[in-house]
Amino acid sequence: MLDISDLHVNVDGTEKLHDINLHIGEGETHILMGPNGSGKSTLLKAIMGFGGYTITSGSIVFKGKDITHMPIHERAHLGIGMMFQHPPAISGLKLGKLLAATSHMGEGAIEALAQSVNMEPFLTRDVNVGFSGGEMKRSEVLQLKVQQPDFVMLDEPESGVDLENMSLMGKEIAGLLEKDIHIINRQRSGLIITHTGYILDYLEADQGHVLIDGQIRCHGNPREILRVVKEKGYGECLRCKQI
Amino acid sequence: MQTDITDMEHLSEKDRERLALTGLEVGMQNRCGSFFQIDQNVVQTTCGAEGVEMLPIKAALEKYDWVKDYYWNAVPKDKDKYTQYLAKQEDPQGLVVIAHPGAKVEMPLQACLFLREEPVQHVHNIFIAREGSEIHIISGCASSWQKEHGAHIGVTEIYVGKGAKVTSTMIHNWNPGISVFPRSATIIEEDGTFLSNYVCMQPVHQVNMYPTARLVGKNAVARFSSIVVATPGSLLDLGSRAILGAENTSAELITRAITTGGTIISRGHILGEKDNTRGHIECKGLILKDGIIHAIPEIEGTLTGTELSHEAAVGKIARHEIEYLMARGLSEEEATATIIRGFLDVKISGLPAVLQKQIDTAIDKAESGF
Repeated sequence: MLDISDLHVNVDGTEKLHDINLHIGEGETHILMGPNGSGKSTLLKAIMGFGGYTITSGSIVFKGKDITHMPIHERAHLGIGMMFQHPPAISGLKLGKLLAATSHMGEGAIEALAQSVNMEPFLTRDVNVGFSGGEMKRSEVLQLKVQQPDFVMLDEPESGVDLENMSLMGKEIAGLLEKDIHIINRQRSGLIITHTGYILDYLEADQGHVLIDGQIRCHGNPREILRVVKEKGYGECLRCKQI
Repeated sequence: MQTDITDMEHLSEKDRERLALTGLEVGMQNRCGSFFQIDQNVVQTTCGAEGVEMLPIKAALEKYDWVKDYYWNAVPKDKDKYTQYLAKQEDPQGLVVIAHPGAKVEMPLQACLFLREEPVQHVHNIFIAREGSEIHIISGCASSWQKEHGAHIGVTEIYVGKGAKVTSTMIHNWNPGISVFPRSATIIEEDGTFLSNYVCMQPVHQVNMYPTARLVGKNAVARFSSIVVATPGSLLDLGSRAILGAENTSAELITRAITTGGTIISRGHILGEKDNTRGHIECKGLILKDGIIHAIPEIEGTLTGTELSHEAAVGKIARHEIEYLMARGLSEEEATATIIRGFLDVKISGLPAVLQKQIDTAIDKAESGF
């Protein structure tokens, strides 16, 4: 589904990602961990194609198409979706209007999806204006449920979410990734940034990666990586690479 | 001068379209009364609403002796050269709306002022909402598509009686060579509510106005909302002022301004001079192409019991907002238009749905130009 080869990314003239190689197959969910400022969000934004994230070398191939320099919306049309960690508040733009503008769904279908994540009252509210942390995340999940991307990137889906909402979020994200479908038939893939690993209480991930100082230092079983990081911190990953 | 025009349906197709853009229902659907003045000729005055009268100003002054007390009262004759010009006219034209005590009409009345051939159109309007009445007036001001230069000078005096409510929605649709000088003032008595909406999204040479609301009775409320777009060559010098002259009065002045190359001066002034008064000015400006948006909010309090605030912001659309919508699949142009549409979406509480729809339509029409 996604193939990233030898990717180098500059932000404000400084190289933030060095020589990234990442392969995510159809139906796979990958976890991305790493200390603050290591470049995790930068990688997601570079895959989405945001301005300010300049790819200086390497390539991103999605569903066999080179998307390295493709505009953001065309990537979205190809099937890439993203849950933002800090989505912008857009005053005046109603969430319901945004959903209608970005989909071919009828009003009824959108309302039903909104209901499923307890967001129906928010359809007439300005997007993210005055939303709490949990409401913002639910709004993001709702937008993705409407968009139905084949490949979902989630930037810290747990942050700012209380326990009750976490369970809802976990189930909804598992739904976005077709975790209810047998792995052989599953087509949706995901890349999830997590600090706490709480998301793994709700869904299984196939692979984990640790990003430190703009480089992927190790790949492995996500639960094992989480355990090592919990016990020994990211220092252990640094040492791994040095051996 | 063509003389066979007795109502809007006799206008050319192009001109009817221009009037429709100002919110006027040419066929009178959804309207309970209509006044139509072309240049200096009143060609139509009809009103089917119970308890409400629409009269040409001369007829109103003849019919009711007391109307003269409202004539040149809220707006002084010697305010400036434009009011002086109007005061000198021997043959005043314009509309008087009288809502008699207790008359409540949900359906809007429409007033159409159309500049067609003469160099200057002048008009003197008086809206009187007597105790406990409620009226909604939509004034559509436009010029003929073939009218290149001209001026419109208009005095509007609005009197909101005790417990009355007046909504005045003005939509402008001029040409790049037309200059417009409305001079308006409103007096609001106890428990009265005044909502003023102004929409100007089409090219014009110059609009210059600074309507004032004087809240003279307890619990009076005033709200001014303006949605304006300045295209290249347009100068919109706009403002609104509220004088909180009685206890427990409040006012809100809200502006959404967009320049695509023209100049907007957005003034606002609230004076809090009685106890328990509240006022807020909000001006948000978007510079889509190099132009000028100059926000001048003034708040002035004279005692401890008044609370006044203002917020003003001028800038461009944030890049990360556009990219956020692009990540959901909208192209850059679609994302930009969606954000602008939201920016202009000022929902005005207490406005009949039919008027809100008219404002939305004016915005939609203009949006295709961004």
